[in-house]
Amino acid sequence: MFFLDQAWLVPLIPALSFVVILLFGKRMPRHGSEVGVVSVGASFVLACGAVVRWIMRVQDAKGGSALGALGRSIGRLGADNAEAPVLPVLHHVTWFQNGGVRLTAGIQIDGLAVVMMFVVTLVSLLVHVYSLEYMRGDSRFTYFYAMLSLFTASMLLLVVADNTLELLVGWELVGMCSFVLIGHWWEEKPNSDAALKAFLTTRTGDIGLLTGVIMTFFIVQRATGVGSFNIVALNSAVTNPNAKVGHTLILWCAAALMLAIVGKSGQFPLHTWLPDAMAGPTPVSALIHAATMVVAGVYLGARVYPVFYKGFSIADGGVNPMAAIGGITVIIGALLAFVQDDIKKVLAYSTISQLGYMVMALGVGAWTAAVFHLFTHAFFKADLFLGAGSVSHSGSHHSFDMKTDMGGLKKYMPQTYKTFVIGSLALAGIFPLAGFWSKDEILVNAGHNDYKLFLVIGLVGAFMTAAYMTRVVYLTFHGEYRGAHEPHAIPHVDEAEHDPIDTAASVEHDAEVHSPHESNRLLTGPLWVLSFFAVFAGFLNFPHFDKFEKWFQPRFPAGFAEILHPVAFNPILATVSVLVAGSGIGIAWAYYQGKLPQGLSERNALAHAGKRFLVNKYYLDFLYERVIVAGIKGPIAAGVYWFNQNVIDNVLNYTGRGAQALGRVTYDYVDQKGVDGLVNGLATLTGDSGGEVRKIQTGRLQFYALVLVVAVVVFAGVLWIAT
Amino acid sequence: MHSWFDSWALTLVVFIPAIGAVITMLLPREEEEAIKWTALLTTLATLGFTIATIAKFDFGKTSTLQFSVTKNWIDVINSHYHVAVDGISLPMLALSSFITVLCVIYSWNHFPEPHNPKAFLALLLILEVGMNGTFVAQDLILFFIFFEIVLLPMFFMIGVWGGPNREYASIKFFLFTLFGSALMLLSFLALYFKVDVPGVGHTFDMVLLSKAAGSGVVHGTQLLIFGGLFIGFAIKVPMFPFHTWLPDAHTEAPTVGSVLLAAILLKLGTYGFIRIALPILPEAAKSWAPWIGLLSVIGIIYGALGCLAQKDMKRLIAFSSVAHMGFVMLGISTLTTFGINAAIFGMVAHGLITGMLFFIAGSVQHNYGTRELSRLGGLLKQAPKMGWILGFCAMASLGLPGLAGFWGEFPAVLSTFNPGGNLSQPLFRTYMVVAAIGTVLAAGYLLWMLQKVAFGVPKPEFAGAHIHDVNSFEWTAWVPILLLIVALGVFPNLIFRVTDDAVACQTAAPFVSKTTTPVSPTLKCPASPLPAQTTAKVSGG
Repeated sequence: MFFLDQAWLVPLIPALSFVVILLFGKRMPRHGSEVGVVSVGASFVLACGAVVRWIMRVQDAKGGSALGALGRSIGRLGADNAEAPVLPVLHHVTWFQNGGVRLTAGIQIDGLAVVMMFVVTLVSLLVHVYSLEYMRGDSRFTYFYAMLSLFTASMLLLVVADNTLELLVGWELVGMCSFVLIGHWWEEKPNSDAALKAFLTTRTGDIGLLTGVIMTFFIVQRATGVGSFNIVALNSAVTNPNAKVGHTLILWCAAALMLAIVGKSGQFPLHTWLPDAMAGPTPVSALIHAATMVVAGVYLGARVYPVFYKGFSIADGGVNPMAAIGGITVIIGALLAFVQDDIKKVLAYSTISQLGYMVMALGVGAWTAAVFHLFTHAFFKADLFLGAGSVSHSGSHHSFDMKTDMGGLKKYMPQTYKTFVIGSLALAGIFPLAGFWSKDEILVNAGHNDYKLFLVIGLVGAFMTAAYMTRVVYLTFHGEYRGAHEPHAIPHVDEAEHDPIDTAASVEHDAEVHSPHESNRLLTGPLWVLSFFAVFAGFLNFPHFDKFEKWFQPRFPAGFAEILHPVAFNPILATVSVLVAGSGIGIAWAYYQGKLPQGLSERNALAHAGKRFLVNKYYLDFLYERVIVAGIKGPIAAGVYWFNQNVIDNVLNYTGRGAQALGRVTYDYVDQKGVDGLVNGLATLTGDSGGEVRKIQTGRLQFYALVLVVAVVVFAGVLWIAT
Repeated sequence: MHSWFDSWALTLVVFIPAIGAVITMLLPREEEEAIKWTALLTTLATLGFTIATIAKFDFGKTSTLQFSVTKNWIDVINSHYHVAVDGISLPMLALSSFITVLCVIYSWNHFPEPHNPKAFLALLLILEVGMNGTFVAQDLILFFIFFEIVLLPMFFMIGVWGGPNREYASIKFFLFTLFGSALMLLSFLALYFKVDVPGVGHTFDMVLLSKAAGSGVVHGTQLLIFGGLFIGFAIKVPMFPFHTWLPDAHTEAPTVGSVLLAAILLKLGTYGFIRIALPILPEAAKSWAPWIGLLSVIGIIYGALGCLAQKDMKRLIAFSSVAHMGFVMLGISTLTTFGINAAIFGMVAHGLITGMLFFIAGSVQHNYGTRELSRLGGLLKQAPKMGWILGFCAMASLGLPGLAGFWGEFPAVLSTFNPGGNLSQPLFRTYMVVAAIGTVLAAGYLLWMLQKVAFGVPKPEFAGAHIHDVNSFEWTAWVPILLLIVALGVFPNLIFRVTDDAVACQTAAPFVSKTTTPVSPTLKCPASPLPAQTTAKVSGG
């Protein structure tokens, strides 16, 4: 079982690639990109191997297959098709010891892990290939590839982690990579601002992760007597009714981890960093801010799901914090997508909305549906982002503004157009594309688990998704081309800077820039691969086929996994949801064709106010940036510093000055007039020895020392009196 | 069994720098090369002996004092020359001799005005005597003397080679810490007179006093004695509200002075808590711990907010020390093995990371002639390597997992969940949340500094300036630190393995609470923490 047992190689290879690119990348013929592509390719192969071996492991356990001697022996245990439990593959080594506790680092490979490994390595590989062309000539091309490798390694570390602390390490590292890559073009302040905003907002959520992970340690300690971060131990501690773990602790832990999810997975109200993160290069947006890093929160939710299930009492139905946050995010994200003119921002808000679906799915007890939606969404959203990148690269002179620089690109960029439409339809949930199956599964389970409200929210969200994606497709590819036929007045500083080595290629590229044209194969190739998955990934869970569910079902302790058994496909609900999505497309299309009343927000005051509210993003950015951050950085920090300099420090300074004054008085009146006078009066013996004394006594040091002596004497007195 | 090395290693580690200092002072002032080489070879020899000590150290018995030497010294007060290392002091000793070498290398061509390498390096070597000595001393008087030796060289370093406001800063530093030391000395004397170690009587021996654990001293007196120790150590750490000497001292000190101040000198205070205050007066420690924890979390938030108000890069880094040492003290205040281990890790990590940040601040100042944040910008453009190193250190400092800083922060926060010594859980869990909020603020000020200094484009006044990127002396001094930051971040057991037993047996043992489950399930301490003690004592003379 090489591929499962040695899965630690999957994150290790890109990690080594990071080091190699960083140290030697600049001297390589392709500036380090070759190392990145090859290493991620190797990881992808290993991940595919792991998927295959895992599926075999599951099949073998059912006794229906003859593959593998080990598999058979397990199969024998569960004879007559009674399913034997398929255990995750676990390996660990000692990481460190503290307080006599040996803490380990290791891998936990199960269905969830192999699915994520596959998604991460595939999208990462495609993005690596895509960036060869997209980032060509960038002044920090090598660093870009180094950071892509480090990101991939960190994300995979998060995925294979067998304990929450290791997961936290990967989690923070992907956040750091995200920071660096969003700020890739840090010469311009908006970019570095966006990077800081992303890091600090997710870090705010990480208050929850930090405290939540700490609580996972103590949950296991309550149950077993020895603290541990181990995820298997955690899940059994939570699900085992005999373990002495109080519900309060689990609830607090769930709440804390929920905060982490809110921060990382762009949930309301900490979603505001994600649209700003679009300041980074588009391949980064596709990889980090659509397909992988932002789903880390959902992954965490799925990984330690029993904590949420028990903590938030998800089995009770009705409403709970997790479902509520997810549901709110579905709607607020989708609403904001309507008022964006920047194509990437529309996709960013769409990502927020879709992440809302996943969190909502977890909240309503639909574990498989959440993971399935994570899986399909990665493909079509990466497809859309890379499609937007292709448009900007070859169609709109590096602009992302749909209203000023796009339109009518359908005829210039047929490949990009086709793949983009496929991605849009999949996202909108049109039968039989991938998004249809996964979204439908969320809805049907929400309805079944007594979460009717969220079923409705899901349908409303589906309508809006279809409508805003129609708007994007229309504005970008249909109508008249609105962009300049000449190169953009000020092309992006760095994207326009070409490396001398690539001169021949870049001259050719520059010649093409003048009018919109189709992107080359390095860009369209990945688009087609992703489109393929956007079409077919959903069939994995075709009714009565249900392979996704069977292969990748949760590996939770016995007695808990069964609770999560998803319900079957519901044809009526499926029809309704397709109709809803279809009407969204139809209405939006009609609107842009001019068949519906236009300019409502200009005529109706209420609509106008609503639009303003949306354009200002619910004023959340105002609250965070102008009120909270500016408040802390401005008056609060300044006030604290004023207090420091004028209160605390002055106690010290005045003590010093007081001592000096005391010394002077002592010297002038006691020493000179009193003692000295007495001495002078008795006999004129002193001569100039008084001058000598003065010299010594005027130093500041002495006066301070006097205070010291006084203080010490007082303290000594207190000490002796008290004893 | 006692080989030559066993009985001389620590003495050499402490006094080789003293010999070097004497040689340096005897050399004529013009012989700069000879002076520099003397200093370098001296510090290298010291580091060599430290490494040899580590190599011969028995890591299976980290809770036992090793390389122990006891000689009669001041018989009239029963004070001995007693030096030894265990798992608590070893990492600190290693850090101290390691950083000093790098400081000499960095100084090579960077002597601040008024130059004079002879005096500067002689002071640096004397400083090392004090630092190394403090970490190996096992006798309170000896400890006190080494603790005080540190003061003078640093006073002159700031006062002579410092910035424009050096006089004020150096006097403030000197008097403030001297004030604390005086109270500390009083407490040492009180311990001598009040604690009656069975079979020994009055003693300054730290090991014996720890074994006695304050028995026979009424609680009120214990509290007072602890108070004296607290003020002495808290000023050195520095804890809020005794920290105001620190930003001034750091801002005015020459680069190497700042590095040593941050990397080693602050640790003398925290080390004092772990080595002296907690084990010798455990009952008082329990009463003081909630207050120490409170001041720690105030320090975490206060230090971070202070950072955000700064206009000077170096002063910002100085303020960040207040916040970081808050995490260290928070770990100590939990009175758990887990937390104190974290504190020691935090001490080493902060030493490396903040030391490194001060190095960079020094080089930025050297290049731009200013440290004003509003005038800096685009460092990544003009000196990309230095810019990336700054970014790396900022990430390390904000506690990014995978780098050293994380292992000081996270376990310290974790230990507050279940504090030892029957401390209030709700109180310490509140501290936990506040400390977690502090990590966000830490990210805030560090990234804000990074943005101001490294991102963007250079300001017009420096647009045409020729900025030197990292030179070979800087590389030599910095690469070892950077590698260590990564190594400790990936393999935290490099330190935890060394400190764990020692902390469990020597510091945290009295606080294992009976009502709540401790973090540590088993405790395998040697019956007598010092088997070699009695035999070694006879050989004194």
